[in-house]
Amino acid sequence: MLDRLSFPQPWLSLILFTTWQMLSDGVSGGSIVLGLILAWLIPQLTAGFWPERPAFVKAWRMPAYLAIVLKDIVVASFSVARLILSPRQPRPIFVCYPLKLEHPLAISMLASTISLTPGTVSADVSDDNKTLLIHALDAGSDQEVIDAIHNRYEKLLMEMFQ
Amino acid sequence: MSPIAETLISALLLLGGAFTLIGAIGLARLPDFFTRLHGPTKATTVGVGAIMLSSVIYFSARGEGVGIAEILITVFLFMTAPVSANILAKAAMHIGVSTMVETEGKPWDQ
Amino acid sequence: MITVTLYITIAMVILAALLNVYRLIKGPDAPDRVLALDTLYINAIALIILLGITLGTRMYLEAALLIAVMGFVGTVAMAKYLKRGSVIE
Repeated sequence: MLDRLSFPQPWLSLILFTTWQMLSDGVSGGSIVLGLILAWLIPQLTAGFWPERPAFVKAWRMPAYLAIVLKDIVVASFSVARLILSPRQPRPIFVCYPLKLEHPLAISMLASTISLTPGTVSADVSDDNKTLLIHALDAGSDQEVIDAIHNRYEKLLMEMFQ
Repeated sequence: MSPIAETLISALLLLGGAFTLIGAIGLARLPDFFTRLHGPTKATTVGVGAIMLSSVIYFSARGEGVGIAEILITVFLFMTAPVSANILAKAAMHIGVSTMVETEGKPWDQ
Repeated sequence: MITVTLYITIAMVILAALLNVYRLIKGPDAPDRVLALDTLYINAIALIILLGITLGTRMYLEAALLIAVMGFVGTVAMAKYLKRGSVIE
């Protein structure tokens, strides 16, 4: 009974509450009450779908990681734009990326990062969570792609989730 | 409005429009589904992000406060673009969409 | 100065939407069409923002937010339908 009244995911509840305040027309009594109800109800309803809580100790590294990703998105967008406008054909390649991360949340963050940075799209994760299938738009060899992703993103994520 | 803000808004608008257009050109021009997937998921997301940013600057330069709705839309688009790209790629692999001949490696379907 | 760049940007986004419609009609496979629709709704959001700047009002941003949410759900539902043959199992 008690865990029915609690907030199983305090961070999710906080994000939901803040988002609701932003969506409503200014902070008022009504929006605070409704925001609290949503912050309680949605984590309770979706509790069964979440993986078990990650060992997410170093949350303060998050802003630096996001800054790196944002910079890469902008820089690499220009190279993809040049590739699209140039008349030559791209050299696409499917890469099987060996994952060193273990936690599902970390893997999905890495996959999202790969999809957002231009030139690569993560297509699938193998059933045992060990391999990530990546489609690269224009790359010389698969080792090149694997090294770039490992050195740029996976190391940072491994530090965050250890 | 100050000339600096005006220049910044114009530059961001043109950049956003150009990226949106390039993403669409990629969608129309590239040879197979998996290469086409690259154009929209990035170029378009960056394009809409730049246009949103110019909207934020425009309304705050007019003294109407910083727009939260624009930022929410941008964050939402940046969060959902990789998810839809991923699930579309999975669906395409399941159907067995043909890839261009030069593609190295193979897609899998489990 | 902003007015001119605004019209140029609107023209570019409309051209982009037309290219998406071309891909939507041409196909050749179902995932291509879903991808074209996905890009089309993102372009619609861009157009709504540009309309808001042109008219100098924030009213339309709510519509853009709704399109963003509904478009994502629609894309995921269609992709899931292609993969599994049903949306809700």
